[in-house]
Amino acid sequence: MSLTLENVSKIAGRATHIADVSLRLESGSLNVLLGPTLSGKTTLMRIMAGLEPPSRGRVLFDGIDVTGVPVRARNVAMVYQQFINYPTLTVYENIASPLRVSGAPKDEIDRRVEEAAHLLRLEPMLGRTPLELSGGQQQRTALARALVKRAPLVLLDEPLANLDYKLREELREELPKIFAASGAILVYATTEPSEALLLGGNTATLDRGRVTQFGPTIEVYRRPADRITAEVFSDPPMNFVSAEIRGGVARLAGDVSLPASGPLADLPDGPVTLGFRPNHLHLARAEGDTIAMRGMVSVVEITGSESFVHVRQDGAEWIALAHGVHELAPGAPIDVYLDPRKLFVFDADGRLVAAPDRAAAA
Amino acid sequence: MAAITLDHLAHSYKAHPEAPSDYALRRLDITWRDGGAYALLGPSGCGKTTLLNIISGLVTPSEGKVLFDGRDVTNIPTEQRNIAQVFQFPVVYDTVSVYDNLAFPLRNRGIRQAEVDRRVREIAGMLDLNADLDRRASHLTADAKQKISLGRGLVRADTAAILFDEPLTVIDPQLKWELRAQLKQLHAQVGRTMIYVTHDQTEAMTFADTVVVMYDGAVVQVGTPAELFTKPAHTFVGYFIGSPGMNVLPAKIEGRTAYVGGSRINLSRGYPRLAEGQKIEIGIRPEDIRLAPGGDGLPITINRVDDIGRIRIARAQLAEHALNIVVPEEARIPGDGVHAQPIPERVHVYADGHLVEGEA
Amino acid sequence: MDKPFNNKAWFLVLPVFIVVAFSAILPLMTVVNYSVQDTFGNNQFFWAGTTWFSELLASDRFHEALWRQLLFSALVLLIQIPLGVLIALCMPRKGWGVSVTLVLMALPLLIPWNVVGTIWQVFGRGDIGLLGYALNSLGFSYNYVQDVEDAWITIVVMDVWHWTSLVALLAYAGLRSIPEAYYQAARIDGASRWSIFRLIQLPKMKHVLIIAVLLRFMDSFMIYTEPFVLTGGGPGNSTTFLSIDLVKLALGQFDLGPAAAMSIVYFLIILLLSWVFYTVMTQDEDANRKEGTP
Repeated sequence: MSLTLENVSKIAGRATHIADVSLRLESGSLNVLLGPTLSGKTTLMRIMAGLEPPSRGRVLFDGIDVTGVPVRARNVAMVYQQFINYPTLTVYENIASPLRVSGAPKDEIDRRVEEAAHLLRLEPMLGRTPLELSGGQQQRTALARALVKRAPLVLLDEPLANLDYKLREELREELPKIFAASGAILVYATTEPSEALLLGGNTATLDRGRVTQFGPTIEVYRRPADRITAEVFSDPPMNFVSAEIRGGVARLAGDVSLPASGPLADLPDGPVTLGFRPNHLHLARAEGDTIAMRGMVSVVEITGSESFVHVRQDGAEWIALAHGVHELAPGAPIDVYLDPRKLFVFDADGRLVAAPDRAAAA
Repeated sequence: MAAITLDHLAHSYKAHPEAPSDYALRRLDITWRDGGAYALLGPSGCGKTTLLNIISGLVTPSEGKVLFDGRDVTNIPTEQRNIAQVFQFPVVYDTVSVYDNLAFPLRNRGIRQAEVDRRVREIAGMLDLNADLDRRASHLTADAKQKISLGRGLVRADTAAILFDEPLTVIDPQLKWELRAQLKQLHAQVGRTMIYVTHDQTEAMTFADTVVVMYDGAVVQVGTPAELFTKPAHTFVGYFIGSPGMNVLPAKIEGRTAYVGGSRINLSRGYPRLAEGQKIEIGIRPEDIRLAPGGDGLPITINRVDDIGRIRIARAQLAEHALNIVVPEEARIPGDGVHAQPIPERVHVYADGHLVEGEA
Repeated sequence: MDKPFNNKAWFLVLPVFIVVAFSAILPLMTVVNYSVQDTFGNNQFFWAGTTWFSELLASDRFHEALWRQLLFSALVLLIQIPLGVLIALCMPRKGWGVSVTLVLMALPLLIPWNVVGTIWQVFGRGDIGLLGYALNSLGFSYNYVQDVEDAWITIVVMDVWHWTSLVALLAYAGLRSIPEAYYQAARIDGASRWSIFRLIQLPKMKHVLIIAVLLRFMDSFMIYTEPFVLTGGGPGNSTTFLSIDLVKLALGQFDLGPAAAMSIVYFLIILLLSWVFYTVMTQDEDANRKEGTP
């Protein structure tokens, strides 16, 4: 079983919601759509579901063109950010509703509802109505209903966004396991890079209706195809500095020069943008940190175990993530250090030309 | 500007509360200093919103008093309390300009036009809204709208406190970083008392100097972010703060050793005062465990390793207990015969959920 | 997902199409057909071209009826919309009062049109009607059968009595959908009652008010039964609205051609004015949407 989008576009009036997206999703896979609000995640899901026809392009299921087939004629399960349940029905009836529609026999309904309720830990709640449940339990009910349907395509549109932080952590861990067993194609939309990383699977990063990259989640994180993908897929945001490579020497903004080694080696002369993650920008010189730069502290955020030090350097705003508590006064000068082997290098068009070598870095 | 005192405060939505469970908010006594940054942190239903509504005057507490700078405001309505509030979803006056939105609270109080103009431009400058002053508020993005709601609180010179009710809920992660930093800078600049309600530990910890952790209608710990992280007063705090949360394992304590199942864990202190019949547990943060290829430590099996970029989380098993271990990006994870070594100074002992101080 | 595209849905809606075809499209085509012909019965038709249309558009009788109709709709909208909003603002937002008010408000809407006309016909009579008798004994000379102003006042008041609830209920639904946070923020900002109305309630009620205005406009523009029962279009022709005139023309004089032409013009006027209302009221939003999209 596979779902293929072929050059799918969605244009409404003068606005382009989806621009030439091609994706192939395999059964049993978890696919994260990662992008900010209005980047096209929901529209793309609606096209996959058949809730909306694409303006151009085709949607194929196992090679069969289903582009014009409406959602009712497909077998799709969808869970939304809002907790959507039938308010007057019990949890049992809510979960059973897709089975009743398909006319399954009584004992099978019973068995499958019990099974789904067990997986989502809803057994004690089966007799209650959704209004008597907490937000987490309401969303579990909606998820159970999606699960029980045994649809080959399950679409989850920011399903945890309205839940408490800790509940999100729990469900995020459970969800992939629960749906993995069903063998469905699971599509999960989120705005949060950390959520994509915790879910694993594959990730498609979206920016203004375009899929900028699609691949195994951790690989997209380690080797973002371009600067936009790197920005979409980083939390805390990636730091950037412009540089010029000339004759084996890299000259960074802020008057720092260094020999073009590591990811910078063997690059043609010209302007580049260097990106580095906040956890690689150090407040104290570590082994391999051959780049030293002076900046100014603009604000420090302390999480209890770590500090996010916002550093202003030559017009750029950087974040350094340091272990431990660092109380630094805003406005104070600060030296920050960086290992050139941890640099992402983007060319003048924003395309990735070199990424940190994992083997060398580890 | 004001210091806020909550004096014997409690609230029940029932007419005649009896059991502690009848209270949405159990008794608490807290003083918040003038100009401080505070956070109320807890899961939904923990009473943090009730507490916020009591401070803003939307709910009158059934017991106790609320004092602003020593003045009893318990029965004073919201509009006379000089507080400002930023809500979960942006509340702006859609049909008028950003300028008129910011000027609104001042005009309502009959401030002179010249003064209104000066204040509005000053606050718009702080919030980076200068370029948008003439635009209609409905045309703006969610983060700009939240800034406007905040700005309406900041323009008034007499604001006693600014309350935030999960203000970043509808903001994208990348913008959250900017807004959070801006808010922190603003607090330093204007020095108003700010109270921030959230279920998100990162938001609470990064914003506040003092975090009040609430659970089931009660305050379970008040402390700095570092205190909450390194010394959780309750297993709930350990679980709720940190991600993944603290590992909590049932244990038996003898001298300076904790026994979990058949495994021994060294402690840095002794606990001679533990009473019989108490539920004894130890808490270890996933960050405070090292992995070693063998020898000392706890024999564990690693079920799965989640690579989440800058760290990896080893999902391990110690006998029948699950154990999360945070492994730094570049550290190696040993293969067979892997042992977990908790840092003895960072292992906490809990009796019936509450932290027990050890003795040297 | 190997289900082929299925057309069953079309068969399910087919009955509706047929009903609509017979109830709306066919009569409309008949009307168009009549409007360009002349007939004296016996199924004899003569081509009339645009004669009826040009005659109608030049006739004083039509101009007067149209003018009366516009005046009536304007009065109805000017009174009922603000009054309905005002009532909605005063309606309780919680407690047992909510259902009681809702039932009371719905009552006038449940009375059939001709009964409304009859009620007011009796109510306004000077000899036995409570209203007419009371006014006359208080020294006001009131007689809706003979006095033009009295007839107008009675019809307008009757319509206000009958339909303001609808506006109020719609506005109330709009008000109920405003999140509590808006009111809290306004209290914190020290907003006056008027500011709350102007900056929060009115903008948030806009969508339902558009519907209310359109409904009330179309309904009032097509009003027939109540004034027909109450005044029969009199005194003189002073309350002869377009629809009453149309019926007189079609049934009273059996001038089917001119009546058909009038129907079409009538229909087009309603369509045009509704479109104008809708565009004017939603204009602002379109501007928003254009600016909002990157």
